[in-house]
Amino acid sequence: MLQHVNSGDSLRFNGIGKTFPGVRALSEISFEARPGSVHALMGENGAGKSTLLKILGGAYAPSSGDLKIGPRTLVFRSAGESIASGVAVIHQELHLVPEMSVAENLMLGHMPSRFGVVNRRAMQQQARELLKGLADEIDPATRLGNLSLGQRQLVEIAKAMSRNAHVIAFDEPTSSLSAREIERLMAIIGRLRDEGRVVLYVSHRMEEIFRICDAVTVFKDGRFIRTFEDMGALSHDELVTCMVGRDIQDIYNYRPREQQGEALRVEGLLGHGLQVPVSFSVSRGEVLGFFGLVGAGRTELLRLLAGLAPHKAGTVQLDGQTLKLRSARDAIASGVLLCPEDRKKEGIVPLGSVAENINIGARGRNARLGCLVQGRWERENADRQIRALNIKTPSPDQQIVYLSGGNQQKVILGRWLSMPMKVLLLDEPTRGIDIGAKAEIYQIIHDLAASGIAVIVVSSDLMEVIGISDRILVMSEGAITGEVTRDQAEESCLLQLALPRTRG
Amino acid sequence: MSAQQNALAAPRQGLNMRRFLDDWVMVLAALGIFALSAIFIDNFLSPLNMRGLGLAISTVGIAACTMLFCLASGHFDLSVGSVIACAGVVAAVVMRDTESVMLGVSAALAMGLVVGLINGIVIAKLRINALIATLATMQIVRGLAYIFSDGKAVGVMQEEFFLYGNGSLLGVPVPILITILCFVFFGWLLNYTTYGRNTMAIGGNQEAALLAGVNVDRTKIIIFAVHGLVGALAGVVLASRMTSGQPMIGQGFELTVISACVLGGVSLSGGIGRIRHVIAGVLILAIIENAMNLKNIDTFYQYVIRGTILLLAVIIDQLKQR
Repeated sequence: MLQHVNSGDSLRFNGIGKTFPGVRALSEISFEARPGSVHALMGENGAGKSTLLKILGGAYAPSSGDLKIGPRTLVFRSAGESIASGVAVIHQELHLVPEMSVAENLMLGHMPSRFGVVNRRAMQQQARELLKGLADEIDPATRLGNLSLGQRQLVEIAKAMSRNAHVIAFDEPTSSLSAREIERLMAIIGRLRDEGRVVLYVSHRMEEIFRICDAVTVFKDGRFIRTFEDMGALSHDELVTCMVGRDIQDIYNYRPREQQGEALRVEGLLGHGLQVPVSFSVSRGEVLGFFGLVGAGRTELLRLLAGLAPHKAGTVQLDGQTLKLRSARDAIASGVLLCPEDRKKEGIVPLGSVAENINIGARGRNARLGCLVQGRWERENADRQIRALNIKTPSPDQQIVYLSGGNQQKVILGRWLSMPMKVLLLDEPTRGIDIGAKAEIYQIIHDLAASGIAVIVVSSDLMEVIGISDRILVMSEGAITGEVTRDQAEESCLLQLALPRTRG
Repeated sequence: MSAQQNALAAPRQGLNMRRFLDDWVMVLAALGIFALSAIFIDNFLSPLNMRGLGLAISTVGIAACTMLFCLASGHFDLSVGSVIACAGVVAAVVMRDTESVMLGVSAALAMGLVVGLINGIVIAKLRINALIATLATMQIVRGLAYIFSDGKAVGVMQEEFFLYGNGSLLGVPVPILITILCFVFFGWLLNYTTYGRNTMAIGGNQEAALLAGVNVDRTKIIIFAVHGLVGALAGVVLASRMTSGQPMIGQGFELTVISACVLGGVSLSGGIGRIRHVIAGVLILAIIENAMNLKNIDTFYQYVIRGTILLLAVIIDQLKQR
């Protein structure tokens, strides 16, 4: 199936362009990734990295240009063609079937069988071979859905390696991995490089780029900006400046704000994901950060406050009034608004336009006679939010899925800004968002707090939590394990508090 | 910044044309088929045939309006064929026993509303799959239609009742008027009310709609309740045309209604749907059936042709999205 891949072949992009309805995602991308090296692709979200990987993986056909692997000129029309040419793209969203076993996932498409009857034993055996050295501890018979995200990623990598791919591309592989899993991934990538393969690596994390990459290509607005070949001579600041196109000394842009008395008080709250009753309060004008490792219970806490899950005990008071939180609508009616962690699944209506997504929340309360949509108000409101939040879209009627992650997040913020807001709950507000849009979102958070709104930010990005919060609560294993004020906030002490420990 | 603006200002002329075609292609197809039939089939444009065509559209058209809401929200309703039969039977039986047209029609509509409410509550609150829930009510309601009517057609004596099916206003038959009113009303409902927009949002992404504060459960219950009510209305109109309530009519009717919607461009997976899709789908199905009847094509072949057209339409739709 694999066609003449030589280990010395390099990967060349030749004037690749891609146009979507209303958006030019890529234009004239040309650069070369050498064999036996790890080549990073960097740039803000919407810069075109993911689109380029999708073209490489055969998910999109390029509007212009072609690829070269060694001497062969290629244009992939399907994922199958890409795979047959020795390319493996490991996407952010894993293409695995959670209901099937690890072995079935690994062997999907070529399960060992006789007359169509699968030979389960041979399949488990082969799967175990594939996982060897990568993830020996995973039992091929386990249902994939029972694995952690990091383990699933390893399964996906094993699947790519089973095809002996010459070009392997990783799209933000570490965004859902634990520190230990990242270490393992780094070792694997090192091994792939030493075997003479071409490794493409997309990530927003600088320390990873400087650690394992041999070259960096920077994109901006769908254009090729520059390739740095000498990582030793490249500084962190130089790279960031190249990506953003401007200097960013302090993207958090924190300024002290006046706090105007207690807004939300949570007492003895218990519910799904919380092991110990949780109590805290947040003031108007304050940004309260919640730091912790994945699974510490922070998202669950926000879901309780947003009325998405029932609480078993405790009270939530807003301005001295006890809130009834039986549904999302109760929370919203009280002015407690949540921007969810998973934008795609819980945030946006993908088929809807930008305007539709902005107005979906406020529509009901602005309707005449309780049900007649106010067309003019909605258009004005959409325009107002697009301007105020600097949402980059060709028109309010653009389908939201064509916007970058940062702009989608701003649309969701615009949705809440169209309504009376007292407490804003932000769950990982900048996950998967580029530096430029991050800075804008930090600015919005600051402005909202300054206008007297109580903001709660859950984040796994330590620098971000420290950078934007007035006060930080650390959670671990379903409990609050510490409280740190802005001037005391230090990375090591926050991490220390976040690490799980066995309670007596 | 300006580079960003430029990058976003990609060719829009072509886009608008494409979008226009996407939105209107099935309406144009319906008009095209109408024109072709008018040119090539004798008597197609005769007043008698036009009236027949209009009446053929009416029952499917009325029910398709609210099926649009079910489909747009990501569900569907299989019980509508049974509701149509049962509504006719209930109206006829109540009129036979009370001699009141008013009571008969009200009872039929109330029956439809109750069935719809049950569908909605079971689907929204108990989270039962719409396929199973409405498959069950489809059989229950069909059974009730047979029970109420004792398995036989129930004749209607009240002259005023025939107004719904056989009356006309300014020369236009009442069923056609009702259908046109439904198209206008439900088209407006979908585009200009919070209920309609929420329906689209739920079909597009239910989780996001819930988190944005949309009352998802209530909206779903209303969708099915209204669909039950409108199905019963279609049943009353049909019973009036036939001057009797017949428990066996409308078998497979739900599939015709869903086919019409999908043929016109409504998405089966929710989030996409407009009233013009429904109008186009209903028109295409009815015109083709009418043309085949005029050409004396055997009923057996008509099934094959109708199925083929539906298959082609959804394949074209799928290709268009690539």
